[in-house]
Amino acid sequence: MKRHFADYLFRSYRKRKAVNSTMYLVLIVATLIALVPLFSIFGYVLAQGAPALNKSFFLELPKPVGEAGGGMANAILGTVTLVFLASLLGVPWGIATGLYLSEYGRGRLASVVRFCADMLASIPSIIIGLFVYALVVMTMKRFSALAGGLALGILMIPTVARSSEEMLKLVPQHIREAGLALGLPRWKVTLMIVLKGIRGPIVTGVMLSVARASGETAPLLFTAFNNRFWQGRLDQPISSLPVQIYTYAISPYDDWHRQAWAGALILVLLVFAMNLITRVVLAPKARKS
Amino acid sequence: MPGVVRAKNRPVREIHYGDRVFAGILKIPAAGLALLLLSIAYFLYRAASPVIVKHGWAFLTSSTWDPVRDVYGALPVIYGTVVSSFIAIVIATPLSVGVALFLTEIAPRRTGRVFGFLVEMLAAIPSVVYGLWGIFVLAPWLRTSVEPFFKTWLGFLPFFSGPPYGVGMLAAGIILAVMITPTISSIAREVFSAIPLQQREAALGIGATRWEMMRLAVLQSSRRGLTGAVILGLGRALGETMAVTMIIGNRHEVSLSLFAPGSTMASIIANEYAEATTDTHVAALVEVGLVLFAVTFVINSIARLFLSRSGNR
Repeated sequence: MKRHFADYLFRSYRKRKAVNSTMYLVLIVATLIALVPLFSIFGYVLAQGAPALNKSFFLELPKPVGEAGGGMANAILGTVTLVFLASLLGVPWGIATGLYLSEYGRGRLASVVRFCADMLASIPSIIIGLFVYALVVMTMKRFSALAGGLALGILMIPTVARSSEEMLKLVPQHIREAGLALGLPRWKVTLMIVLKGIRGPIVTGVMLSVARASGETAPLLFTAFNNRFWQGRLDQPISSLPVQIYTYAISPYDDWHRQAWAGALILVLLVFAMNLITRVVLAPKARKS
Repeated sequence: MPGVVRAKNRPVREIHYGDRVFAGILKIPAAGLALLLLSIAYFLYRAASPVIVKHGWAFLTSSTWDPVRDVYGALPVIYGTVVSSFIAIVIATPLSVGVALFLTEIAPRRTGRVFGFLVEMLAAIPSVVYGLWGIFVLAPWLRTSVEPFFKTWLGFLPFFSGPPYGVGMLAAGIILAVMITPTISSIAREVFSAIPLQQREAALGIGATRWEMMRLAVLQSSRRGLTGAVILGLGRALGETMAVTMIIGNRHEVSLSLFAPGSTMASIIANEYAEATTDTHVAALVEVGLVLFAVTFVINSIARLFLSRSGNR
């Protein structure tokens, strides 16, 4: 230990004990302060959002400026569409990367891939939006649901990859060895024993990243843009819940503010529920390892 | 992992022909990630090139941002990004270390699990919801109570001068602090739990109180990991977009006062994309994005360096 530790021992016991209790208090207070925003947000979202959640919120289109009422039906459907498109890209790519990292994750390529996945995960999401804007929107010359789905999909890849790698690592090595000892080729062991055995947790991880993606706003602003009507075509701008919340929140109308809170309530409940489910499903598995 | 047959760090050598194909196929999406990262850099550069050619390095040092006259300088937004992230780090670092210490060293197991879950929830709330809360709860509170308080007692400092708007640099910094606290504290928790139990027992064994044990056995030996955690939090704060856009006030001026509205690199992109009608305006916004991309890339690489050396990740 350090030399100055001796100083501690010579100090009076009572003083040290007082410092100890004070620091206990400080740490507990720090934790409580950190959690104040959580409870405040949850409280406000519930109090402001719940009254505005009615049938028309789920079933109606937004009303023109100045008219009360209307809903976010198209935005809800839009978010579902976008997240579906995103999953088409992000889920297979992410799981395949996770498989590569967990089953073949040695050597130089693997460390490069790990580095890239880490970097991709930490790039601000608005940069992904700009990238898709430069890649797709500038070429197609219009905002589209496809562009929005692409942006969300790229965002999903690293999170899905990381969570599936973690899950695949939970499969004990002797399971793989048992399969190989039976003479099965490694690809069969990987796909039909390892992946199949751990698919539940992997699906949970995927759903968690889907929940995260459905709350993303920044990458959608200039890819999927927004739309006040129902949208059936994927090459047209499409509205989404987060973008609609943003638009309504910065507007000057009280009725729109109420709807923004209601939309926020839906997003928060979705994310909370997914996190809670993940906790419950994964907790026993993680403890065993 | 209990690897029995394989040598460490040696790629798997395949016997079956199908396995070689399988390994090759799996390499495609994995290597694709590297390609994706490169193409992000390339496409941003290409889209920004008109402004890069026109302004060169002056883009970073000029403080005029005037789309009407087609003059673009990123200094105000860089300043805004640095200041808001700095406020966030100053608030979030002690708070997150406190949270992590409480969760790993003090809290009983079950309490720790509940509180740990709650802190994680803080990270899961969508950014736009933070922004909504910021507009309608945080900003009014700052305007009516916090900022007048600072003004009365510290108003002689240039940082606390000017009218209290509520929205502005301080609000953005505070909301960023809330958002990065779970990031920093979860990594700090990992760093703390990687410290061997014996080290704590040794400290307690020679008569240290629990707090002294935390200082000597936990905090002393996790400085490097904590630095990495804070840098990672900084990386997140720099690029946070929606909440900041909604609460920072969006004005492109360098002002010393923390009450004054400002803008950050991320917020200017989100705020002006709709008004960007000329090609150069779009290109200027993309160049801001390119700078942000480069900065966060460097910051996150540094964080990774710190965290991998300390034996975490």
